[in-house]
Amino acid sequence: MRSIQFREALREAMSEEMRRDPNIFLMGEEVAEYNGAYKVSQGMLDEFGPKRIIDTPISELGFGGIGVGAAMNGLRPIIEFMTFNFSLVAIDQVINSAAKMYQMSGGQFNIPMVFRGPTASAGQLGAQHSQAFENWYANTPGLKVVVPSNPYDAKGLLKSAIRDNDPVIFMESEQMYGDKGEVPEEEYLLDIGKAHIVQEGSDVTIVSFGKIMKVALAAAQELAKDGISCEIIDLRTVRPIDYATLIESVKKTNRMVIVEEAWPLASISSELTYMVQKLGFDYLDAPIRRITTRDTPLGYAPTLVEEFLPNPARVIEAVKSVTYR
Amino acid sequence: MAKQKFNKETYLRWFEQMMLMRRFEEKCAQLYGQQKIKGFCHLYIGQEAVVAGMMSAITPDDKVITAYRDHGHALGCGISTNEIMAELFGKVTGCSKGNGGSMHLFSKEHNFYGGHGIVGGQIPLGAGIAFAEQYLGTKNISVCFMGDGAVRQGSLNETFNMAMLWKLPVVFIVENNGYAMGTSVQRTTNLQDLYKLGLAYDMPSAQVNGMSCEAVHEAIESAADRARKGEGPTFLEIRTYRYRGHSMSDPAKYRSKEEVEEYKHKDPIEQVRKEILSKKWATEKDLDAIEDEIMNRVNESVEFSENSPYPAAQDLYAHVYHQEDYPFIIE
Ligand SMILES: Cc1ncc(C[n+]2csc(CCOP(=O)(O)OP(=O)(O)O)c2C)c(N)n1
Ligand SMILES: [Mg+2]
Repeated sequence: MRSIQFREALREAMSEEMRRDPNIFLMGEEVAEYNGAYKVSQGMLDEFGPKRIIDTPISELGFGGIGVGAAMNGLRPIIEFMTFNFSLVAIDQVINSAAKMYQMSGGQFNIPMVFRGPTASAGQLGAQHSQAFENWYANTPGLKVVVPSNPYDAKGLLKSAIRDNDPVIFMESEQMYGDKGEVPEEEYLLDIGKAHIVQEGSDVTIVSFGKIMKVALAAAQELAKDGISCEIIDLRTVRPIDYATLIESVKKTNRMVIVEEAWPLASISSELTYMVQKLGFDYLDAPIRRITTRDTPLGYAPTLVEEFLPNPARVIEAVKSVTYR
Repeated sequence: MAKQKFNKETYLRWFEQMMLMRRFEEKCAQLYGQQKIKGFCHLYIGQEAVVAGMMSAITPDDKVITAYRDHGHALGCGISTNEIMAELFGKVTGCSKGNGGSMHLFSKEHNFYGGHGIVGGQIPLGAGIAFAEQYLGTKNISVCFMGDGAVRQGSLNETFNMAMLWKLPVVFIVENNGYAMGTSVQRTTNLQDLYKLGLAYDMPSAQVNGMSCEAVHEAIESAADRARKGEGPTFLEIRTYRYRGHSMSDPAKYRSKEEVEEYKHKDPIEQVRKEILSKKWATEKDLDAIEDEIMNRVNESVEFSENSPYPAAQDLYAHVYHQEDYPFIIE
């Protein structure tokens, strides 16, 4: 099968959907003439023209809300945030408008739109450019939140997100855009809300999503050398969450470790831990452990970045503790 | 005419300050290439007259705040080259103790209120700093910088209205360098004379030549004067140009070589040099000596940074809360 970059997978998803449906447009900072701050939308202006690939001023609140209004009136916007750090100046429109409109209007105005862009840290970028808000958005009823970890998932999930009739937050990573992976030429879609069992195993279930899946996979490889068999689950979607797949896995492994690049308090891992203990209490042989970022903003120095992020060593330690090795 | 207003000392100070910014940042570019400096790094090269003209027009007790393109402002405010370079290296001896990096230089001691990374985020902060000066009854002012891209944030409109309503002692300055990343001002607005944004709030507003220290000084001086007299804010659109890309990773293909050259012909350092030489305030040799001394300081700052330690891993927790025994969640 051919191998393409994560950014190309996203571009293909958007372009294919835009060819199918003339009411889809892409709007954001530097998406058109600059071909995307991270080159995700490269060439799309040439193909679709300035009516559908639209550069904006640095006005996230404005164009975020313009997207919602356009969605209320028959269009299917894709709004790109240069990074989700900047979505904070638009978050009122995401939470108070996009997420609420369908219910407030008694089912008259659904919001078929996608807000997408990179999330979380991307090297030594300091406190304001390194944040993961997956759990913030996932906390909000009315939104769906998708966080792919590889090019194949990115394409299939983004196509589904664009076709979805509800607002979808689609979170990527600067550090994944160059990643290559196998993506079929033929069309395919992946279901939003379905987790993916990346690797079957019997001793422990490791759950993760997005870029930090790599840390889970690296840890599992090391653990295999010690004879510990890890079942690895990629959530793919953090709202809704596929609890059924998690519970089935825990029935088999009786142990769970969650890896997440986010602050610990009220994170996705907090939520998973609650539901799994509630639905799977009888199957658990050890407390659920999680590896998150440290409970601090990220500092610039390399020593601070290293201390902050989840890494394979921390995951290995957690797995060993729940498997009593 | 106006030029006679400024004496030899002022010109020499402008020369030295701008030369320091220029040489310091040329060194930064080199070091970025060598991966000694990481993350996002935005150079101020070309815009130096704005900071130089400001510094001669305000007092050391006035407060300065800007966005992430902050090396020039930090140097202008008097933070040492050692502390700034060490910050760019991420060392604990840096002015933000290695927490901030290029975008987040800070110095309470030098009244530099930072380097802010979210476009437009510093606009209300600049007004808030002025609010405190007014509240405390000082004669100090706040100088709040932003880029031409930042004026498109809602924060500007909300802040301008309140700053005018309450007559806050703040000088808002948009450093209009023509581009926000790859997007020219032309492509994002019908109102290309950005100073007119202030007029909607009846804020005294003006356009200023940002390649001229004299023009910048005069505009800021009279704005500061008004602010100190309790007459409220001013909005200055200072027209300038960045010679380099938006950040170290931007090849700047969206503009022509000719355009860049056109501005380089108006280079503020060259203008000041010419003025000094023509007035015979210094010889070529004197100016070379100043430059040499600057190069020494810059090189020393690199050595200082190389020899400084990184923050310890545990320092990640050191400045999250002022409370000393805050109970962090530990895994
Ligand atoms: C709210 C927000 N949106 C987007 C960005 C990404 N970004 C960083 S700098 C920049 C361009 C800003 O240009 P301008 O205000 O003209 O300042 P200059 O870089 O020219 O100094 C953009 C879009 C950001 N930091 N914050
Ligand atoms: Mg600009």
